[in-house]
Amino acid sequence: MAIKKFAVAAYDDEEVLFPAVKKVRNSGYKIHDIYTPFAVHGLDEAMGLKGTDLHIAGFIYGLCGTSTAVGFISWIFTSDWPIIYGGKPHFALPAWIPITFELTVLFAAVGMTMTFCYLNQIMPGVKKHVFHKRQSDDLFVMAIELNDHTSEHDVLAYLKATGAKEVKIEVAEAGWWYGRWDKKEAYELQAAK
Amino acid sequence: MNDRFEIPARLRNTSIALIAVGVLALIGGIACLLMSHNDLDRARFWTTLLHDSVFFTLITAVSIFVQAAVSLAQGAWLTAYKRVPEAIGANVWVFGTITAIVSFLIVFTFRDSHGINTIYEWVTPGKDKLLLGKKAFLNPGMFVGFTLVTVGLWAFFGYKFRAMSIAQESAPKNDTKIYWKVFRLSGVFLFVYALTQMSTTPWLWVMSVQPHWYSTLFSWYTFASAFVSGMSLILLWVIYLKNQGNLQLVTTEHMHDLGKFMFAFSIFWTYLWFAQYMLIWYANIPDETVYFKMRQQGPYSVIFYANFIINFCMPLIILMARPSKRNYFTVTFMAMVIIFGHWMDFFQMIMPGSLGEHWHINWYEIGIFMGFAGILIFSVSRTLTKSSLVPHNNLLLKEAIVHLS
Repeated sequence: MAIKKFAVAAYDDEEVLFPAVKKVRNSGYKIHDIYTPFAVHGLDEAMGLKGTDLHIAGFIYGLCGTSTAVGFISWIFTSDWPIIYGGKPHFALPAWIPITFELTVLFAAVGMTMTFCYLNQIMPGVKKHVFHKRQSDDLFVMAIELNDHTSEHDVLAYLKATGAKEVKIEVAEAGWWYGRWDKKEAYELQAAK
Repeated sequence: MNDRFEIPARLRNTSIALIAVGVLALIGGIACLLMSHNDLDRARFWTTLLHDSVFFTLITAVSIFVQAAVSLAQGAWLTAYKRVPEAIGANVWVFGTITAIVSFLIVFTFRDSHGINTIYEWVTPGKDKLLLGKKAFLNPGMFVGFTLVTVGLWAFFGYKFRAMSIAQESAPKNDTKIYWKVFRLSGVFLFVYALTQMSTTPWLWVMSVQPHWYSTLFSWYTFASAFVSGMSLILLWVIYLKNQGNLQLVTTEHMHDLGKFMFAFSIFWTYLWFAQYMLIWYANIPDETVYFKMRQQGPYSVIFYANFIINFCMPLIILMARPSKRNYFTVTFMAMVIIFGHWMDFFQMIMPGSLGEHWHINWYEIGIFMGFAGILIFSVSRTLTKSSLVPHNNLLLKEAIVHLS
């Protein structure tokens, strides 16, 4: 990803946050993300986020699980190592259904978990920039992505007018990265040199 | 807001026409089948009546169960269209009475030319060791007692839940007295339901048609079948009322919930269907496989496989996607398919035991089914007119209105 410039606004009430999100979107600013201490219902719609396609991925993973199970078991029991169990035919489909079902669930569950982690950029050992230390405590933090033409002064004044308790400009890594170092510190160190 | 339901002339005429078809089929059945000297014709007459009355009793009783389960879980999602399950549940007594009459007539009057009751074989066990061994449970006294208790309790709770919900309308605002009374009675009803629908009743009404065979899963399986068609029935009524301009509080979100129930419990039905099938298939004990020999490989194989496709494959594929559960046409279509599919499911539970390979789905079966559907439409629509369709003053109404599925 890239290092970008953000305007950060911290709100202390979700009832202030919702109108602010609406105003900021209407004025054409690009909301990078909003960080809240708890799941706020309706915020995704207010931010204009689209519904997830995770369930389609889950369906495909499930199909993979089904075909893996049926394919593998039928290959074993009909051609690789055909044995008669309990007087049943080699191709004894009803007996395989439980395993097929379990494998379908396993593939769908594991696949969806990993896809979910990827989409949300969370993974063990992965870091993301924290815009405000209290975003997981008691503040609702909105990060707005700025470009070279945006007037920092105007943005901060505008955010203040929407009811933000704290506003600031921050330069930070927009995406995720793997490693121990906070990218912001590294960036500041580099800038100091 | 239009919260009173008035029966449109078209609905009343349709229901009366359906009842007329049913009565004609019944008269035709009495003339052609009951008066016949052929034992199979007479068995067909009674078994069809038994099949339809049991099916309609069980799917309407589901509405009482849904109310009780939702009140006990303190769920609000049902409240927006609460009057529909209440009206269906309050009419369980109609079908319960018919079932009681039909099954008692079968137990006490039906005999073939050899003096054997071919539908409920345990009534005339003769020297059959297995049936004599089951006599402690499978005897006319037990049958009559359980049937009367079941029908009586269902009728009482169906009536009571509706009466209490209507009493809430005139109660003081935010008064929780009735709410907790319903809550307690719901617990009692679930207990009753577990001991009737989920165990004894299907044993006596349905499974005892083949008294030599038994399955411990059977009542759950019939419950799943009844539950999914009962939810479809509620959905059909809700959509009908919405199309009439009533139930304006009900939105796509509520329909989505009902669609989820249809989808999920179709899969639940398949789970039980398969659990019963696989254990019998795997163990391969002749006492048990006799049930599936006739259904899967015998004369019922068409119904057996059609059953699987209609009740599992179709809901799975058609109702899986979110947009299809939110589309009124798809859910209405699927609700009708599911009700028909589970009617067929009950058909293949009951028919093989008494008719063997001589089954029919012909003018008589379809006519009787239409008659029962007519009674259902007629009685439920009459009950719906008697109160406001919006449960005013219900404590959960606001939560139900803002409900998101």
